Amino acid sequence: MYKYDNYDQAMVDARVAEFRDQITRRIAGDMTEDQFKPLRLMNGLYLQLHAYMLRVAIPYGTLDSRQMRMLAHIARKYDRDYGHFTTRQNIQYNWIKLEDCADILEELATVEMHAIQTSGNCIRNISSDQYAGAAADEVTDPRPWAELLRQWSTFHPEFSYLPRKFKIAVIAASEDRAAMRLHDIGLELIRQDGALGARVFVGGGMGRTPMIAPEINPFVKADDLLSYLEACLRVYNRYGRRDNMYKARIKILIHEIGADEYRRQVAAEFAHVKTLGIDPPLAELERITAFFAAPAYDAPDVEPDRNDPDFAVWLDQNVKPHKQAGYAIVNISLKPIGGIPGDATSQQIDVMADLAEKYSFDELRVTHAQNIVLPYVAKRDLYAVWQALRDAELADANLDLISDIIACPGLDYCSLANARSIPVAQKIATRFADMDRQRDLGELKLKISGCINACGHHHAGHIGILGVDKKGVENYQLTFGGSGAEDVSIGKIIGPGFDEDGVVDAVEKATEVYKALRQGDERFLDTYRRVGLAPFKEAIYG
Amino acid sequence: MKLLTGNDLGSGAVTWWTGNGWSIHVEDAADVGEHGEATLLAEEGARRVNAPYIIDALPTEDGPRPAHIKDRIRALGPTVRTDLTLKPADPAAGDWII
Ligand code: HEM
Ligand code: SF4
Repeated sequence: MYKYDNYDQAMVDARVAEFRDQITRRIAGDMTEDQFKPLRLMNGLYLQLHAYMLRVAIPYGTLDSRQMRMLAHIARKYDRDYGHFTTRQNIQYNWIKLEDCADILEELATVEMHAIQTSGNCIRNISSDQYAGAAADEVTDPRPWAELLRQWSTFHPEFSYLPRKFKIAVIAASEDRAAMRLHDIGLELIRQDGALGARVFVGGGMGRTPMIAPEINPFVKADDLLSYLEACLRVYNRYGRRDNMYKARIKILIHEIGADEYRRQVAAEFAHVKTLGIDPPLAELERITAFFAAPAYDAPDVEPDRNDPDFAVWLDQNVKPHKQAGYAIVNISLKPIGGIPGDATSQQIDVMADLAEKYSFDELRVTHAQNIVLPYVAKRDLYAVWQALRDAELADANLDLISDIIACPGLDYCSLANARSIPVAQKIATRFADMDRQRDLGELKLKISGCINACGHHHAGHIGILGVDKKGVENYQLTFGGSGAEDVSIGKIIGPGFDEDGVVDAVEKATEVYKALRQGDERFLDTYRRVGLAPFKEAIYG
Repeated sequence: MKLLTGNDLGSGAVTWWTGNGWSIHVEDAADVGEHGEATLLAEEGARRVNAPYIIDALPTEDGPRPAHIKDRIRALGPTVRTDLTLKPADPAAGDWII
């Protein structure tokens, strides 16, 4: 893992001291909320329904056991004993007091963590593949590149006041586990004739105007990547709309001028930027890459004993192949049936930290599906890991099944919400509590947002649910056919909305139609794409 | 009736204007009638409260009931964690919201 150098640490420490002073002045009444709000947002502190909410950055979703324990400690000492892992691979605390905030950030800084660029119109936390460094199908480890982008984008003076927020994802595998093309910039690292480079996609996003990022460049050489991204951002910074918040994202700019014109402008800007020498020297890249060297693998290539049937089910569902023989990738589901998607108690966070330290070369990942990954577990240790997870109620074997629901905080916590998301997730998971039934339905990605901002990725759900406000009453729209994976697509609204129980019934009916019509090993999404909406609509609205 | 509400500066907790101060209990909220705006400006100016706004509510036997579900959730707490609401011992408290 990357370790801060003196510059990194000094910057983060200085930021904590600065914010402490700002908080003191706000509490003393020397600043109005209008003056203070942009300052607190730059430090990840939002005001939500019941309290302040602090969003802590987890760069590209990677953290070690010391950092994970700190997250548990913060939850225990300053919040209400739990945290919420988000679709942006971060963690949010829902019950933070203003007067505690500087102390929290100071404690986080001792383990190289912060809340910088988790809000505001800047380049946000870089997201990546949660299996980075471990995936059997990657061409290279994307983390050094994600780290390079983190360093480039942190406090980038030119890009601190963009027209709107900016989200970048980096992957290096053909399977897209990071919803790459639904980001403002999506990078897929590839090799061409042996040379490393990236396919660059720009202008994707969800929110009220969902768009799939078009490919702007099929191959940018690794040596040119930062300059190229700088050019992409500059064109956006210059021409992105600042007059209308709803049209300010880069997706709108590219949609309006067209991908060809944007590509032309970026090429022209790139020719200039390349003369500025901002691409890092090879030595710097090597320095960063060295932090991500493969761990000291030493386990024999043994298959785990599948005698315990519950363990075998979990193995099949939650454990994924590793690039190193003898090792596996373990997914820890934060989606217990009837629980709150993405929430973990301090105690559970500590358990996961302990397991990482003991069994996963001290590393954990947060996934955009609001789960946790132990990326380097020896197969001989899988049973012990599973037993410890089971004891902590963390062994739900439902990865990618219908109960592995992404849900935003919705109206239970979020001040922008139109409707609650979590109770809908709970009702659906409970309706499908029978695990045999879930496994029979196979991969089915269900995603729920409490408003059109789409924090719960509903546009990318095989089944998506969007909460709307119908004259003060919660109402839910259903969308089918979305995907955030390499077969990326945006779901379509199927018809009039439902109340809370109605939407659960409609989801169930949709799964019945799927079961009746599926061919071979088609997933729900495949069947829907083949047969279209009509049979589903008839069953649901009939 | 009309209520004035906001979030406490220090704790961020939801607060309700009682007529001469702020309370975290909606039961204590006073009908601000037509004077809400003036109180809002004065209190915001005194920097004791964040993001204050005026809402509609219905008077009931148990006290004011905000007209919109969002403000009822604000008044009680998250419906999915009764243990974290203002009435953790009352499992039926959530019924008041819906
Ligand atoms: C509770 C505080 C939150 C607030 C105030 C908030 C606000 C917003 C807003 C306004 C947008 C739309 C931005 C735009 O289209 O320009 C957005 C998008 C998004 N948020 Fe949140 N959000 C919150 C929590 C979360 C959480 C908990 C998650 C993860 C579970 C999340 C993940 C996202 C994602 C993935 C998007 C879509 C990005 C895109 O537009 O492509 N947010 N959020
Ligand atoms: S989608 Fe809407 S309701 Fe859900 S967290 Fe985002 S802003 Fe809040």
